[in-house]
Amino acid sequence: MTARARLAVFLAAAAVIAAFFTAACTDLPPFGTDSHPYGERAVAAALDRRTANVVSAVNFDIRAFDTLGEESILFGTVLGATLLLRRARDERHRRAEADRVMPTTRLFGALLLPVTLVVGVYIVAHGQLSPGGGFQGGVVLATALHLAYVAADYRALKKLRPLAVLDVADSLAAASYSLIGLAGMIAGGAFLKNVLPLGTFNTVTSGGTVPVLNAAVGVEVACGLIALLAHFLDQAVELTDPDQQRYGDT
Amino acid sequence: MGTWVFLAAGWVLLIALYGLVTSRNLIHAIGCLAVAQSSTYLLLLAVGYRRDATAPIYSDLTPGTRPVVDPVVQALALTDVVVGATVTALLLALTIQLRKRHHTVDPQALTGLKG
Repeated sequence: MTARARLAVFLAAAAVIAAFFTAACTDLPPFGTDSHPYGERAVAAALDRRTANVVSAVNFDIRAFDTLGEESILFGTVLGATLLLRRARDERHRRAEADRVMPTTRLFGALLLPVTLVVGVYIVAHGQLSPGGGFQGGVVLATALHLAYVAADYRALKKLRPLAVLDVADSLAAASYSLIGLAGMIAGGAFLKNVLPLGTFNTVTSGGTVPVLNAAVGVEVACGLIALLAHFLDQAVELTDPDQQRYGDT
Repeated sequence: MGTWVFLAAGWVLLIALYGLVTSRNLIHAIGCLAVAQSSTYLLLLAVGYRRDATAPIYSDLTPGTRPVVDPVVQALALTDVVVGATVTALLLALTIQLRKRHHTVDPQALTGLKG
């Protein structure tokens, strides 16, 4: 199909989509409406379980089973990317070289890395109270480690990043989510039921299983993301292109 | 204004689809897919919006004093973001392999099958 024909087919399809979408939008409840029946029930359920952050309560308590699927997708992606980005037979491994970095950049990294780590742990641990949680905090934790790559070089990052340990931690954290669910089934009769003591509203220990699941997801996201980025960075930094070797134009 | 917010989400989706259809570079196509995904964030958050309401977080808010926006769609948007990031990661990994084996990232130049 030529580019012009493809565009014509798309424009026809887009007109149909636009017409039906507009028709559907006119029948939606008005923007900014006062009636949110599901939202109100979710808020009531979250306050009942003494979880101050209602979004976390929805994700890790009311819809905890969906989040199991979500973190499995993440785990599957890390596995898939590891498989796709493995070293091929005709690729050579090249040791990353030590790079020169400006002293100010180095200072920036050395100061910011521990701060970012603490912020990451804080966001994971306070997911049931304030905006944040396992997914968001996990990303901050993974980013913190990569400040070593910005402020020093790839070798420094590799020293900070024991991939074998992280892979095992990733799997254990993914498995522990299901185990917490099974524990809920044994103790309370339903998978992922919130069986832990609910604690005092608006304290770190409130919310029952919500902070525990948040921690499991936080570890999984942090380890998974570091492993994922490691494979992408290996491609860019440590592997030499077989074609470049063949033609010698490195 | 009303419906215009929902229509904006549809417009973002169609623009992203236009980019996907006319794309000559797979990295650009993956970016378009991310834009298409972001239209769903806009739609979800617009559906959950409530006028003069605040965030559904009670760590510094006494329950019942102020209306809050719908937390259910916000949680869905979070799920959406995570799934979007994983899809982008897998597609980028595939693009790297494609570039290695077929020496191109132009989807319109990929015509032959290769074992």
